[in-house]
Formats: sequence, structure tokens, C-alpha cells
Amino acid sequence: MEVVSLPVLHRMAVCGGTHGDEMTGVFLVPELERQRREKGDGIWPIALTTVLSNPRAIKECKRYVEKDLNRCFTSALLSSSITDSTPYEIQRAQELNSLLGPKDTEDAIDIICDLHNTTANMGLTVISYSFSNWVCLHLFKYLKEKVTTVPVRLMLLDIPICDAYSLESVSKYGISLEAGPQPQGVVRADIFNFMKEAVNAVMDWIKIFNSGQVIEGGELESYMVEKSIDYPRDPETQRPSAAVHPQLQDQDFCLLKPGDPMFLTFSGETVKYEGEPRHPIFINEAAYYEKGIAFHLAQKKNITIPSIQAKKD
Amino acid sequence: MSSRGSPSCFPEARRVAIFGGTHGNEMSGVTLVNMWIKNRAEIERSGLTARPFITNPRAVEKCSRYIDTDLNRAFTPENLSTPSGDGLPYEVQRAKEINQIFGPKGSPDAYDVIFDLHNTTSNMGSTLILESSTDHFNLQMVQYIKKAMAPESCMVLLNEHPHLKYSTSRSVSKHPIGLEVGPQPQGVLRSNIFESMRAIMKHALDFIELFNSGVEFPACSVEVFRVHERMDYPRDTNGNITAMVHPHLQDCDWEPLNPGDPMFQTFDGRTILYEGVSPVYPTFINEAAYYEKQQAFVTTRRETLAANSIRKTST
Repeated sequence: MEVVSLPVLHRMAVCGGTHGDEMTGVFLVPELERQRREKGDGIWPIALTTVLSNPRAIKECKRYVEKDLNRCFTSALLSSSITDSTPYEIQRAQELNSLLGPKDTEDAIDIICDLHNTTANMGLTVISYSFSNWVCLHLFKYLKEKVTTVPVRLMLLDIPICDAYSLESVSKYGISLEAGPQPQGVVRADIFNFMKEAVNAVMDWIKIFNSGQVIEGGELESYMVEKSIDYPRDPETQRPSAAVHPQLQDQDFCLLKPGDPMFLTFSGETVKYEGEPRHPIFINEAAYYEKGIAFHLAQKKNITIPSIQAKKD
Repeated sequence: MSSRGSPSCFPEARRVAIFGGTHGNEMSGVTLVNMWIKNRAEIERSGLTARPFITNPRAVEKCSRYIDTDLNRAFTPENLSTPSGDGLPYEVQRAKEINQIFGPKGSPDAYDVIFDLHNTTSNMGSTLILESSTDHFNLQMVQYIKKAMAPESCMVLLNEHPHLKYSTSRSVSKHPIGLEVGPQPQGVLRSNIFESMRAIMKHALDFIELFNSGVEFPACSVEVFRVHERMDYPRDTNGNITAMVHPHLQDCDWEPLNPGDPMFQTFDGRTILYEGVSPVYPTFINEAAYYEKQQAFVTTRRETLAANSIRKTST
């Protein structure tokens, strides 16, 4: 296969606190700034901007103040007019788009690495959009080789750029690093340590790429999200009437087959999965109860990526 | 084991309450209490009424720990006697209402037993929390529950510390018991944690039913962990935390922490060691809600308490 030539990377951002209660990013971003003060910009291969995305939510240690910031980056919301009643997070999204974008233009920053946590047992999951080209997939390949203390997987969202709703879609090559399980409001040292390792690995990869070396392609395993499943709910109160089944709890990325236990109702019945074999992800994420999601279902897809090489400009 | 003299006598415990949602995002209690409000069959026992009750409905609605102030710290004598008014924080008003219904605290009209259902992000397993080392009814109850739960472990935490003790919702009753089950993130319902809490409540109500029917419980020993000291995170001059619970201490609730053991890890990777004089048993390690209360974990000392034999007062 031919080596694909891509432009050298110039600017990147590491963002934390896009959800104000996801603490790894909230603490790792200031730690990067502390390293900059202590050792200077030279420690990084390219210009690095650090961002605490949702300062008001961070202050209150809540996911968001009025609206989930990480759903505010669709092209429509980024160009909507701001009035007095516009939710804080929509305004903030537009500020971040000015700072790091504008999305889908040549001026957009090259890479955004947005740091997230989940209460689900997802290890280190790299999340990207399928429209992103080879840089994101190569980043995942490198992370999978270098981070060995936890499982590293790739979750892909098949959504076109204008509908892409999350912060990293503002950049040319954006990824979210999702680390769990970690409760909201808690910082676990083991998770902080592998997330720090992952961010350092991203920097290392950029250095290697920018040096002009050919970076070998290969086969990757990805999980393409197709749909989500909600909890069974009480028809009167709309509250969940079951919990994720103990045999499914913590089994993110396993294969769920028809007939496998899915939920255990409070009255002791097992609700079984009935559908095509798929891989559940984000099993029992706290923030998804209000979105009507017990877990996502994804299909495993093998992707072949070409070797790439930076072309100097 | 022979009795130490005659048994301690207590009146039948007929008025029992089960509190859920004292913290609105601790889902096991919220779910169990809502379930029992709808259908009481599981909590029915002869000789007693078990009343399920959501203590902080506004926080439950919002799925947040509290609205204005922590309800589980609000039952102070000052708050309970303060006059009602519009300016009162929601939880203070609520504490007064709860004290009216289930108390008054300290009076003969107070409920006999209140169970308050909580979850923690700490790896504490099933824990029963006591506020007094001399309440022999409660000591016998926790020992009964521990034996019934075995081989699943059930620890007993005793918070009788003059400064660290706090004014809980359940303290309006004569025999308060806290149920703390973890680890579970806030806002999440884990099936195994839910079922553990449900089992504890089943055994607790069985105990009270047996007691009320006249069963005498012989003297026994109860192993407890007595709260000793609160340990905060290292902080900088601005009050920001500068380190995290060390990976070797994380999730090690109830295991001995010895002088020289790793305790915290700074964000830049340095280890801070525990420099106490003697081994302690840490718990509530890395509880989400305690960052704002300046508590990374609490140290405890292991103790064996002697529980007198108990039976109900003969009429």
C-alpha cells in the first residue's frame, strides 16, 4: 500500500473539565501547565494549549451548569445566535470554537485531546469520529502499543462533521480519551497515571510523525456505535425498574449474544438481550440515566490504515 | 459464653423507619425506599411497623447530594430548635420536619429504630455505622446482621468521636443505624450493591421481629472499627489539593496502614508516606463527597466491644 503524505502538525490542545465532575482532566490540565512553568515549552514537540473547558461546572463539581457542553459543538449550535436566555454552555462552546477552531476550516487547531472519565469499566477508550482521517487512527494504534497497564480500545462514531457534537470535532484531528471506571467527583491515582502516560504518548507520536519518519500502517480493531438500550422503566413514574444485570455489569466490550442476561428487575426477573450479537459500551454510565441510556451497542469492525508520512511545508 | 449478670431489657421496638435519599444521589437507598413505598410486602414483620421514607426528596429529584446543605449533618440541636422561616436552608427546614415526624430527638416519643441507607464511592463493602458503644440493642443487632451476612463481610464502624461525630438524620431515633454500602459511583445503581443492602435490611428486620417476640440474645463480642482521625489531602497555599490517594492505599479500606506505607501520590509523581505512630485501619478512602469536607480518608482503631445479653422488657 502506498504511503499517504499528510501535513506536519503545528498546534494541539489538551482539554479537561469538559464535564466538570470528571476529575482526571480537571487535575491533569493544571499539572501540564505546572510542567510548562517548571521546564518551559520545549518539553513538547509542538505548540500546546491547555484548556479547562467548562470552568463554571468545574467550580461546582457538576457535569454541566445548564446544558451538556459536550453536545454543543454541532455546526448548527456553533452558529446559533446568542441571546440572554442562551444556555451558558452554548456560549462557552462558541468561545471554544473561536479559540480552537473555527470547526471545519483551515484555521482550526490540528489536534484536540479531550480528557473524560466514565463510571463504566472502559479502561482507556479512544473515541473518534469516522470522518477523521488517518492521524486519529494512528494515534490510537500508538496508544495501544504504549499504554499497557489497562486495555486500550477504539470507539468510532459514524456521524458527519456538521452533526458531530463533541469538543474534539472542532479540531482537524480530534480524539477523546475516556478513562474508567471512576466515580464522578473522584480522582483515582491509577487512572490519573495512565491518562498522563497516554497524553505523553500522544506527544511522542507527534514528535515521531513530525520528524518525517514513515509510520507503519496496519490492521486495527474498532467498535462502531450503532444504537443504545434504555433501562426498563416503570410506566407510571418513568424510573428504571431494573439494574444492569450483575453478569453484564463491568463487561464493557464483551460480546452480548441473544439470550444473555441484560437487566435484573427489582422483583428478581432477568431480562435477556434479544438482538444481533453486539458489543456493549458505556455500561451503567451515571450521566446517561437522564439520556435514557443503559449502554451503547457497537459492532466490531476491522480497519486497515495506510502508512503515513509528514510532508514538510 | 455465660451471661454477665442479668440481661439488659429494652421495650419492644415497634416503630421502625427506613430512610432513603438522605443524599439524593446515593441510589440503593432511593431505589429500595421507593420500591417499598409502592409495595411493603418485603418489609412487613409481625410486631412492628417499618416505614420507608425519602428524607430529601428535592435532592433525589435533582440526583444531587443536597440542595443547600448536607441533610446528614443538619440535625444539630441549634437547627432543630431554630424557628421556621423562609430564609432557612432547605435541609434545615427538612430536618425540623423529620424531627417532628420521627422524633423529637431525645424524647420518649421518638421512633425506636431508624435505618439510614447510604452508598459510598469508597471500597467499604457492607458497613454498619453506630454512634454509641453502649447501646446494647444496636450492638446485638449488628452482630446478628454480621453473622447472617457471612461469608459476605460486614464491617461495623463506630463514630463516637467527640469532634468528628455528626448529627445524622437517623439520630432522631432511640437506636440509629447507618447502612453504608460501596463502592458505587453517585448517580449509579449497581445490582450487586443494591442486593447487598436489601439483604442487610432483611436481616435487620428479622432481628427486630425476633427480639419483639421475646427471644433473648446472649452476651457476645462485637468487633468494631472506632473512628480515630480525619486525614485531609495535602493542599497548596490556595487550598487546592496537590496529591491523590496513593494507588497502594486506594480501595484498601479496612486493611492496616502502617507507619512508612504509601499514603498519597502528588500529581507530579512523588509518594507521601503515612507517618503515624502505630498502624491504623483506614476507611472512607477517596469518598467523592468528602473532598469538600477535607477528608481523603478516616483512620480507625480496631476494638472488641462486649455486648450484654438483651431481651424485651416483660410487661
